[in-house]
Amino acid sequence: MAILSKEEAQAILKKVIGFSKADFCEVGLNGSDGGNIRYARNAVSTAGQISTMSLGVSSTFGKKTGTATINEFDDASLQKVVKRAEELAMLAPENPEFMPPLGPQTFAESNTYNAKTAAMTPDTRAEMVGKSLSVSKAAGLDAAGFLENSTRFNAIMNSKGLFAYNKGTDVSFSVTVRNKQGTGSGYVEQGFNDLDKMDTLALSKIAASKANGSAGAKAIEPGKYTVILEPLAASDIIGNMFRGFDARSADEGRSFMSKKGGGTRLGEQLFSENVNIYSDPMNTEIPSSTFTGEGLPVKRTQWVEKGVVKNLSYSRYWAAQKNVQPLPFSRSMIIEGGTQSLEDLIKSTEKGILVTRFWYIRSVDPQTLLLTGLTRDGTFYIENGEIKFPIKNFRFNESPVIMLNNVEALGKPVRTGSGLIPPMKIRDFTFTSLSDAI
Amino acid sequence: MKRKDFLYLSGMGMGALLLPDLSAFGTPIDPLQALDGVDVKIKKELADVALNAAKSKGATYADIRIGRYLNQFVATREKRVQGVANTESYGVGIRVLANGCWGFAATNHVTKDAIAKAAEQAVAVAKANAKIQGEPIQLAPQKGYGEVSWKTPIEINAFEVPVKEKVDLLLNVNDVAMQNGANFINSVIFAVNEQKYFASTDGSYIDQDVHRIYPTFNVTKVDRESGKFKTRNALSAPSGKGYEYMHARPEDKVTGIVTRYKGRYDMLEDVKEAARVATEKVKAKSVEPGKYDLVLDPSHLWLTIHESVGHPTELDRVLGYEANYAGTSFLTLDKWESKKFKFGSDKVNIVADKTQVGSLGAVGYDDEGVKCKKWDLIKDGVLVSYQAIRDQAHIIGLTESNGCCYSQGWDDVQFQRMPNVSLQPGKEKLSVDDMIKNVEKGIYIIGDGSFSIDQQRYNFQFGGQIFYEIKEGKIVGMLNDVAYQANTQEFWNSCNAICDESDYRLGGSFNDGKGQPSQSSAVSHGSATTRFNGVNVINTARKI
Repeated sequence: MAILSKEEAQAILKKVIGFSKADFCEVGLNGSDGGNIRYARNAVSTAGQISTMSLGVSSTFGKKTGTATINEFDDASLQKVVKRAEELAMLAPENPEFMPPLGPQTFAESNTYNAKTAAMTPDTRAEMVGKSLSVSKAAGLDAAGFLENSTRFNAIMNSKGLFAYNKGTDVSFSVTVRNKQGTGSGYVEQGFNDLDKMDTLALSKIAASKANGSAGAKAIEPGKYTVILEPLAASDIIGNMFRGFDARSADEGRSFMSKKGGGTRLGEQLFSENVNIYSDPMNTEIPSSTFTGEGLPVKRTQWVEKGVVKNLSYSRYWAAQKNVQPLPFSRSMIIEGGTQSLEDLIKSTEKGILVTRFWYIRSVDPQTLLLTGLTRDGTFYIENGEIKFPIKNFRFNESPVIMLNNVEALGKPVRTGSGLIPPMKIRDFTFTSLSDAI
Repeated sequence: MKRKDFLYLSGMGMGALLLPDLSAFGTPIDPLQALDGVDVKIKKELADVALNAAKSKGATYADIRIGRYLNQFVATREKRVQGVANTESYGVGIRVLANGCWGFAATNHVTKDAIAKAAEQAVAVAKANAKIQGEPIQLAPQKGYGEVSWKTPIEINAFEVPVKEKVDLLLNVNDVAMQNGANFINSVIFAVNEQKYFASTDGSYIDQDVHRIYPTFNVTKVDRESGKFKTRNALSAPSGKGYEYMHARPEDKVTGIVTRYKGRYDMLEDVKEAARVATEKVKAKSVEPGKYDLVLDPSHLWLTIHESVGHPTELDRVLGYEANYAGTSFLTLDKWESKKFKFGSDKVNIVADKTQVGSLGAVGYDDEGVKCKKWDLIKDGVLVSYQAIRDQAHIIGLTESNGCCYSQGWDDVQFQRMPNVSLQPGKEKLSVDDMIKNVEKGIYIIGDGSFSIDQQRYNFQFGGQIFYEIKEGKIVGMLNDVAYQANTQEFWNSCNAICDESDYRLGGSFNDGKGQPSQSSAVSHGSATTRFNGVNVINTARKI
């Protein structure tokens, strides 16, 4: 019930729009179906299965909008929710930033859905977790992990003729493997639309290898180092930066994209020349929906080209104020890289530090995007192109803007976090103190 | 429909994206619709259906939580209402022990048939998981309390206050900020009501009505010429109170270089100061890095206590259940077993307390039917206990749970969550002014800011809202770019003065995250102003 086909969703939305008496009516329908297993100390601790579907109606008279939602779908309930939204709209204050709904748009067909992922059962999940546990048990290590999958759809329609539908699947897995002495820890995390790409056995072996390899870490002095960030580590630290690609906050003077004296840094060389960042909902490795919640088509967008900021995102309201085209922001950023593997990057490093992941990253200063956080679950010293020994974890204080100005090399991008991110070699990365945590 | 209902939701269309993820809280509703709880007799009947169904399928223990969770958000920006939403989530969660293993199932169909079916599902899950379970669960004994109830002692139910009154207040707050030099302001009032019914095969039927409120704002001052901008957040504390929290009396104000609040909050007064302080911050000097004596106001110190004491004393972290997400803890069992692990200086006494009036974590009974209480975590600087629930109590030799089990909703399984964890005030009379008089080179920090700590809770870094430089016993000006870094044990051992009870205040968090899938809980932390000597301060200024 929770996952409707395009035709089923369209039928419900048409019916809802048909009940509307408002100047404008916008309707959204979404549902999801999925489950999870959590485990720790080499045993399952919790497991769940969740299925939900809901409908939201926004009605507008003039510039006054009311919204109501419901999760019952008989005709009487649908009429009730439309009426309720209209009552609210009549009582609402005018919204000075109201934008009339869009008319019909053309959207590309997304490739976010995978039938095999959608068919996952509790048994599938148990089998995948069993593979992970087999690695830790055989190696005399402790595993704690989380496996989750979902199928979801969303559809929107408005009274000006716009309709869009998308269906997608996700499966995500993470595991922390620690040795029994508590002196070594390793971690992996992966997410895909396609179940066939998820190999919990291979991933758990990597985490186990890091758990053993990180035992007996030595302390080295904090300071500025060349670092090789695995894609997860790079994603952890750069993900925070993308929220700043918003034109309105830049224009308002409260963003790292704001320019001294007014205006934005659009068009400026903000990063190293080898930094190219774009988003593309049709990318086969990290596909995403081809429309926004209000029905704007999402297309391939170049955000940074050869280190120059090429675009900022504009809401429809702010775009109208600035007399430009609206441009939706994408959560799925792609950073172009090269063909080198992580191992290649290590081989080319005379002295440096390999970082598996970062942890507890928080903003310290929104003006410079300075972030703090710590390395975790596998930090290693590199000398003459080889990993020499594990080192104690560091706290860093660094800005992703500064970091992307210090890019020495980029490897082959892989899907991690919410992006397609390459391993990165960065010079002069700032570690400010040591941590005893393992 | 009345004007006060005008937009229980209309903001959803305008500004829902600026609000927390409402789907996590439930379905938007009419604000007054769900204030009257379900009749307790009906809830008892439903509970018995679940408990009997679970037992009949082989459960050796079962509990049921029938919950109705109400949330209200009112959010504004400058002269505009961004969003107003009321949400409701109503349903049933059933937890069972069968074959020595936990099982859990939940349903939003609150009917006898659906509840019986969910109970059977929970038993089936337990039996399935038992096949890969290690040692069977050991549950600390718990007597049944019969039919009992508890309610947050509120004077004004925030959900009964018209939305218009809240909108008018926030727009007034925004106006005061702009009149006093701010360029931007966001302001919010967030209210929560948890109507929770718990029953178990131990013989408890517990009805609770829990209230919380959180007013806050963020003021931004932009200096176009220099390209700098600075912010200041509200010095309010989220609170386990009703709307009376918004009506501050003179005795609720702590005067000083900046006014702070205890008990109740004056949002209009605070925002006026915030606008002034944000403007002052743009011109303040950048800190010289080095060792400083830190004088930490309770509006700041609550967060340091939360991160460096509250989390590492959670027994589930110590044991490894959070290893894949929130992390583990440096306070391993051997340290506790030694009975002499020096967590802090002799002045450091830290208690866990689920009964403190006005706190976010106060309830009569926890989410597995244990009557709440207060206990020591750190006594005269030594680690003496952890936060344990019923299936952990035996691990630290307890014969009963500490009563700190919680679930964010009926559809989430309950697990160990932090009670209020607070630093006890000094036993000797000491004012903030007297404390500052004895500081040669120091920084007085007010309000919480950036926070980060490692996964075993050793190394941390904290910022703040306002930083005042102290030289030779006097405050000499404002500083920027301040953050302090320390090791938890070294930091608490450097604690050498705590103001007396007259300065004791609560801070806290509405949304402390833990677990996979992540759940949120609310918790308070109390302290008086406290001094830590010789702490490493770094300068966080950068050029990009």
